[in-house]
Amino acid sequence: MPHSEGAPAAAPVPCGHGSGRACTHSHATAASAPFDANALISARGLGITRGGRDQLIDVSLDIAPREIVTLIGPNGAGKSTLVRVLLGLEKPDRGRIQRRADLRIGYVPQRFDSDAVIPMTVERFLSLGMDGDRARIARMLEQVDASSVRHQQIGELSGGELQRVVLARALLREPNLLVLDEPAQGVDYSGEADLYNLIGRLRDESGFGVLLVSHDLHVVMARSDRVICLNHHVCCSGIPETVAQHPSYARLFGPQAAHAFAVYRHHHDHSHDLAGMPHPSGPSDDAEQGKP
Amino acid sequence: MIFEPFFLRALLAGLGLAAVAAPLGCFVVWQRLAYFGETVAQAGLIGVALGLALHMDVTWGVMAVALLVAALLLWFGRQKMVGLDSILGLLHHAALAAGVIATSMLQGPPVDLAGFLFGDVFAVTSTDVIVIFGGGALVLAAVAWMWQPLLRLAVHEELAEAEGVDREKIRTVFIVLLAVAIAVAMKIVGILLVMAFLVVPAVAARPLSRDPERMVLLTALIAAGSVVAGLWLSATVDSPGGPSIVIVMSIIAGLSLSWAARGRPAARPIKD
Repeated sequence: MPHSEGAPAAAPVPCGHGSGRACTHSHATAASAPFDANALISARGLGITRGGRDQLIDVSLDIAPREIVTLIGPNGAGKSTLVRVLLGLEKPDRGRIQRRADLRIGYVPQRFDSDAVIPMTVERFLSLGMDGDRARIARMLEQVDASSVRHQQIGELSGGELQRVVLARALLREPNLLVLDEPAQGVDYSGEADLYNLIGRLRDESGFGVLLVSHDLHVVMARSDRVICLNHHVCCSGIPETVAQHPSYARLFGPQAAHAFAVYRHHHDHSHDLAGMPHPSGPSDDAEQGKP
Repeated sequence: MIFEPFFLRALLAGLGLAAVAAPLGCFVVWQRLAYFGETVAQAGLIGVALGLALHMDVTWGVMAVALLVAALLLWFGRQKMVGLDSILGLLHHAALAAGVIATSMLQGPPVDLAGFLFGDVFAVTSTDVIVIFGGGALVLAAVAWMWQPLLRLAVHEELAEAEGVDREKIRTVFIVLLAVAIAVAMKIVGILLVMAFLVVPAVAARPLSRDPERMVLLTALIAAGSVVAGLWLSATVDSPGGPSIVIVMSIIAGLSLSWAARGRPAARPIKD
């Protein structure tokens, strides 16, 4: 069985597609590259190994103010791990993170235990550790379209209601970076589109940066400024249209996912084993791939 | 009988304990720490043997061992091969075995093991009452001081941590407080019933509460009422004190849960 232990974890995975605008990540933001002084948060060469398996391999990224960055990738690709590292909940084994001095993060976690044992109303939850201004809470609940649950117990909310309430809490903190891990879980399809529209609108109004984790590019397309496709390492990144045409995206999400977008031609520069670990394979002709 | 000094001391100790156990018990229930506390309490038996061997008040021995077991739990919890429930099982049994061996090897008159397992609320001394009120005041002050971060952790650990709550620090302080409370309470209600005192009143209060502070208040009232009723029962029908208190609070908790369960489907509805 192929095991990642043999491979030196810190070694960058050859992507081959050094030129072309589809893959802006690979060489410009290598582990040794300087931090982007303007970015809200910058990471260089992040690596995490758990139980002998590489969860993150040489991941570098920057999130600029006002920018909506979407992190996509299949289940188990290390998306949540990357978010946890960026939030400071987990220490990376390798690499560095720089946060802007005034960085204030509003976080909407992936799963919010909805059968909370603790008795608490939504309003109380939204004032925990904050000033608790009732008028402000009411306004924010209205913004996320959850006014009706203000006096309900948090343990009695549906998944979608809870998601909106947690989003309201994140926004009440007046963040300059909003981090949402799969915010559309437990929300139906139209609710999902509403949610992304809401986030986009709030970004336009308040000017915070957004890091959004999703396993589906389609719905987030319209609102993302940049998409990073992650499968333990950064497979590709760029504007949504470009990533949708990138072979890594098609390989990760199936040909149907790419079908909606323009035709592409490309030979894969690396493959993923059953555990999703990237392996270099075959000659690379990616130089062609960025051309129109 | 109810105006005898020993009865008044038992009443005072029980009421003091009810007040201290209420906020801790609520967090034990909110954070699903009941089995954790059970393990720490069980380990108290080693502490009893330690205290007797060193001719010290057993309270100190219990406190030391409780803290040691809590530290071991946190340490073993760092690995991810075996779940926390299994680690608790390991320590639970190891502590009980070590405790029984230690007490059996003590020299001198045979140790009244049942006394430590079930406690004797009527044997409480004036010093014990002072320790309960003094230590209790300290524990309550500490809980009040970190009330907000504790609540935030109880709602959602990861969210609280991402927002800047120092999870490690708050959790460590809380476990120390729990160990202290268990060591003190053990003398009154005994090792086996100490967790009942921490868990049962909070369970009784949960279905009747809509915000955290009122649940703590209600927990304290239920515990205090159980102490009064239990001691009265004990004096009337000559039943053991500690178990009488626990049986009263258990009946209240049972009724409260039945009320909460009425008209609900058998399986929990899956929320999504």
